[in-house]
Amino acid sequence: MSVYLLIILVGLPLIGFLFARRRAAVMLGSGAALHSLPDFHGAYVAAWTGIPSIILVLLWVALQGPLLDQAIFASLPDEFRAAVENRSLVLAEIHSVADGRLFGQPAPEVQAAAARLQAWRSIADWSMVAVAAAAALAGLVVTRSRLAPAFRARHRVEDVLSALMVVCSIIAVLTTLGILLSLVFESIRFFAKVPWYEFLFGLNWEPQIAIRSDQVAGLGSFGAVPVFLGTLVIAVIAMLVATPIGLLSAIYLTEYASPRFRAVAKPSLEVLAGIPTVVYGFFAVLTVSPALRVAGAWVGIDMAPNSALAAGAVMGLMIIPFISSLSDDALAAVPQALRDGSAALGATKSETITKVLLPAALPGIMGGMLLAISRAIGETMIVVMAAGLIAKMTLNPLDSVTTVTVQIVTLLIGDTEFDSPKTLAAFGLGLVLFVITLGLNVLALRIVQKYRERYD
Amino acid sequence: MTDTSPHIAAATFDWNAPETRRRFAARHSADRRLQIYGLSAILLAVLLIAVLIGSLVASGYQSFVQTHVTFEVYVDPAKVDAGDPAKGNFRLVVRESFAAMFPDVTNPRDQRSLFDIMTADAPYIVRDLVVADPSLIGRRIPVTMPVSDAFDQLQKGVTPRDVPETQRKVNDKQIAWFDALATRGQITVPFNDELFFAADSRFPELAGLAGAIVGSFYALLVCFVISFPVGIAAAIYLEEFARKGRWSDILEVNINNLAAVPSVVFGLLGLAVFIGFFGLPRSTPLVGGMVLSLMTLPTIIIATRAALKAVPPSIREAALGVGASKHQVVLHHVLPLAMPGILTGTIIGMAQALGETAPLLLIGMNAFITSPPGGILESATALPTQIFIWADSPERGFVSRTSAAILVLIGFLIVMNLVAVVLRKRFERRW
Amino acid sequence: MSDASQIAVNGFMPAPAVAAAPAATAADTVARPAATPVKILARDVNVFYGEKHALKHVDLDVRRNEVTALIGPSGCGKSTFLRCMNRMNDVIDSCRVTGSITLDGTDVYDPSLDVVQLRARVGMVFQKPNPFPKSIYENVAYGPRIHGIARSKAELDEIVRRSLTRAGLLKEVHDRLDQPGTGLSGGQQQRLCIARAIAVNPEVILMDEPCSALDPIATARIEELIDELRENFTIVIVTHSMQQAARVSQRTAFFHLGDLVEVGDTEQIFTNPSDSRTQGYITGRFG
Repeated sequence: MSVYLLIILVGLPLIGFLFARRRAAVMLGSGAALHSLPDFHGAYVAAWTGIPSIILVLLWVALQGPLLDQAIFASLPDEFRAAVENRSLVLAEIHSVADGRLFGQPAPEVQAAAARLQAWRSIADWSMVAVAAAAALAGLVVTRSRLAPAFRARHRVEDVLSALMVVCSIIAVLTTLGILLSLVFESIRFFAKVPWYEFLFGLNWEPQIAIRSDQVAGLGSFGAVPVFLGTLVIAVIAMLVATPIGLLSAIYLTEYASPRFRAVAKPSLEVLAGIPTVVYGFFAVLTVSPALRVAGAWVGIDMAPNSALAAGAVMGLMIIPFISSLSDDALAAVPQALRDGSAALGATKSETITKVLLPAALPGIMGGMLLAISRAIGETMIVVMAAGLIAKMTLNPLDSVTTVTVQIVTLLIGDTEFDSPKTLAAFGLGLVLFVITLGLNVLALRIVQKYRERYD
Repeated sequence: MTDTSPHIAAATFDWNAPETRRRFAARHSADRRLQIYGLSAILLAVLLIAVLIGSLVASGYQSFVQTHVTFEVYVDPAKVDAGDPAKGNFRLVVRESFAAMFPDVTNPRDQRSLFDIMTADAPYIVRDLVVADPSLIGRRIPVTMPVSDAFDQLQKGVTPRDVPETQRKVNDKQIAWFDALATRGQITVPFNDELFFAADSRFPELAGLAGAIVGSFYALLVCFVISFPVGIAAAIYLEEFARKGRWSDILEVNINNLAAVPSVVFGLLGLAVFIGFFGLPRSTPLVGGMVLSLMTLPTIIIATRAALKAVPPSIREAALGVGASKHQVVLHHVLPLAMPGILTGTIIGMAQALGETAPLLLIGMNAFITSPPGGILESATALPTQIFIWADSPERGFVSRTSAAILVLIGFLIVMNLVAVVLRKRFERRW
Repeated sequence: MSDASQIAVNGFMPAPAVAAAPAATAADTVARPAATPVKILARDVNVFYGEKHALKHVDLDVRRNEVTALIGPSGCGKSTFLRCMNRMNDVIDSCRVTGSITLDGTDVYDPSLDVVQLRARVGMVFQKPNPFPKSIYENVAYGPRIHGIARSKAELDEIVRRSLTRAGLLKEVHDRLDQPGTGLSGGQQQRLCIARAIAVNPEVILMDEPCSALDPIATARIEELIDELRENFTIVIVTHSMQQAARVSQRTAFFHLGDLVEVGDTEQIFTNPSDSRTQGYITGRFG
């Protein structure tokens, strides 16, 4: 079937292009004054033949799944349907059987539905081919009739190009919308099962609940405050590590370093930003955690193997370039005239830095720090590998805590059926995460913009 | 006229008093201290990078070689039917041949611990050889196969020999047999091809990255195919065609915000929309690539806009002057000149996408598959998610392999970044 | 001086009457040790920027309590020479200075000399006003604070008020000392910078084209100020305006392409220069 589709979606436009171009060339050859080059005539026909049918096919493919699922579920016998506890589980089973993967003995209703699904799928697929062909041919015929010497083919083609560009630009907006909608949608379903005030203010996070009715039920509470607290603790530790190193590095690089040193050192610090976070996570588990435990034992302190300190320290390492790079930019943007003025009064370099430059660059530095905090809060792999899974209400960095991102991942790895509060809780956490990081980023941008106005 | 005499304090200030001199000295040492702190901060950061790389290399270098054992296997025709070689009892074939090297080991329990030396997959290795060439039935053939993980660690010196027997995975008798094989020259430690050409396995000695590398490749391919044209088209529109106004502001703000959204949220998006709503198959490079493309889009758009901005207006004006339409100016003149910058940005975006783990985990690209995926619609794993999976495995051999896998990933990243830098240096124009 | 200004100014409005400057000779001022009339002595000063020989064999005496003007066309080295006197050229890596410059007999380039202390004794006002993004009070208090001149808050307050008074700014800003210094007009900002510079009570004030970024009224105000300050400070001013040099200075040095062509009493330079190049410059034939 895909071969047919290929012929329709690629072959027909190609034929249209060649044909129209030929036609235009013939008109040109017989002396008519063409507005546009033959290539444009060809492109015009090809565009209107191919693009509508491609869009149709994409839409069809996207919507065929959900629509068929709806229909198949509705086609199940009434009593069976009423007895179903978990719609998506049944649908998954029907899909598996239809694909030829049998586990155990599925119910006869399921098998019948699977057979129906296969048949319907086949019909739907061929219908799609037919519709695509019809659209392409229609486009071909309509555009062909437009061909004439005075036809402004180039303008039409450029209009199509512009429209395509606008669509591509809108994809960014669509993505943001998609994120918002999917998070909000699933969160609403979550808050239907777990009240929002319990989620935001509850102190007990134990999301392990029974999935099937025959499992021993854990109680399942979804008070996320310990998770938020854990995120905060690790983010604070990370900032405590990254801020001194990042800020002092930026000061040295802008004010004390020779150009050659700066040319080597600045990219070296940027390397920290390029290392994948899963590598940092493994580093934390392989080296940092054991080293900290040994150090702790030496001093007589007992540390958990996945302490917040280990995860936070490695995360701090990762966000150093955020702080150093943005502080560097902020310091470099302070006009040389201020440095000269301070030096001419007899200030040492460190006095100029601490009393004139840092206050002047403060908004930019603050913006950088906010962005770093936002990054630390949203970071996943380091904490998944190095931090804990159990939510604990503690401020002690030597304890093991869990974060929002860890919980999102652990709730979703493995079984995913979309109705249990367990998986929906992940979306609730995701919504909170999205809103907070967005807020921090907007705040950071606003502060940095305000600062840019001061030196016009 | 104003009184321009100085204030008495300032006028009587003795610049040479010992107190003043002390103050000057203190101020200068504060200056030196700040300088030292700054330099130490940079050196500390660099040192930590070195420790990171160093610990990975120290842990992982051994995985680039793998201990093998070579011995003669008699393909007993009584156990393997020439008509249906695949169904032969290769377990017995292998065990008999292995036991033949140690005729004095007769106790069944001892024999079982002797067979531990071979990899658990030994029967399948021999089976594949015989199925490929059934003429081997009835012959004695030399077979080289990996040893099991415990003995690989022993050979590499990771398992200490001098601790009491109960604290090791291998007992004294096994060590004796292994050493006997070594003295007979049957133990070799060649380069670990399997790391690159074999797919994942439950057994560390057989586990490789082939599946992950192919999976990542497919995902990046999908990512590139989607984000490259869409990103460039969007950037061209924003930079060259869109009128400055509310709409373009909204677009810009959106793109900048997307660049800062945590990666795990993109995973949630992929899960809810691509898998949940559109019903696309889980764990496939198609969905992985789609999610990655949404994350790479802002990077490509921003890089493309910068490259377009760098092309001087005089080029555009010259093209307009000979009668080109706006589209033609951009497509024929500006875009080719901006291409090196665009490509550099794209390569960097791809490198970032290669290292992304969280979103791929959420959409399920951490499947345990034993052969590389054949296409973008098959279940797959990716390099970073493979690293994550291996990092969780308790066997000693996986720790080293995880580090090796990380080194492979970093190797890819270094190559990609180098290509980007070289591209930028070679084709960068100074206007 | 009024004769010189009238000739050199060529039909411009004559500058407002200022107290006639006595010929520069030593005069004791409050709390200054009696010393020779020469405050700064420059002998055979050469400045190189890398390979470029920017300033060649300059010999100059700067007399105390006088305003010495350095004039000449763009790029002739006058700013470079000015910045040698408080070693601001140290900031530029490629800059090399030879020869000797002494302040009250002490070699300014002596390695054992504390540059920080030198710059407290030799202050500077720049071409474009550069107040710190701090309050007016903090701007003026900056110098005294870091050097520890004031022993109490009350003393610091007094120093700030006095400096602002001396700079002729206090009346205009006395009620908003905590407002940012950057919120003032251009002329006020420059006077703030002057107040800031004199707050540490330097012996010499170097001014690098202090009025070139200001309008005529602000310029006039500052020229007035310079004349008042002369009583307590030694001032060296770089200016590209010959009229200004004629108005404010007692001695003038003419630089051209890195050479110090001629130096002498302002009146003499503008009415009867000895070198033809000087003649050419002041009559407007070039520069």
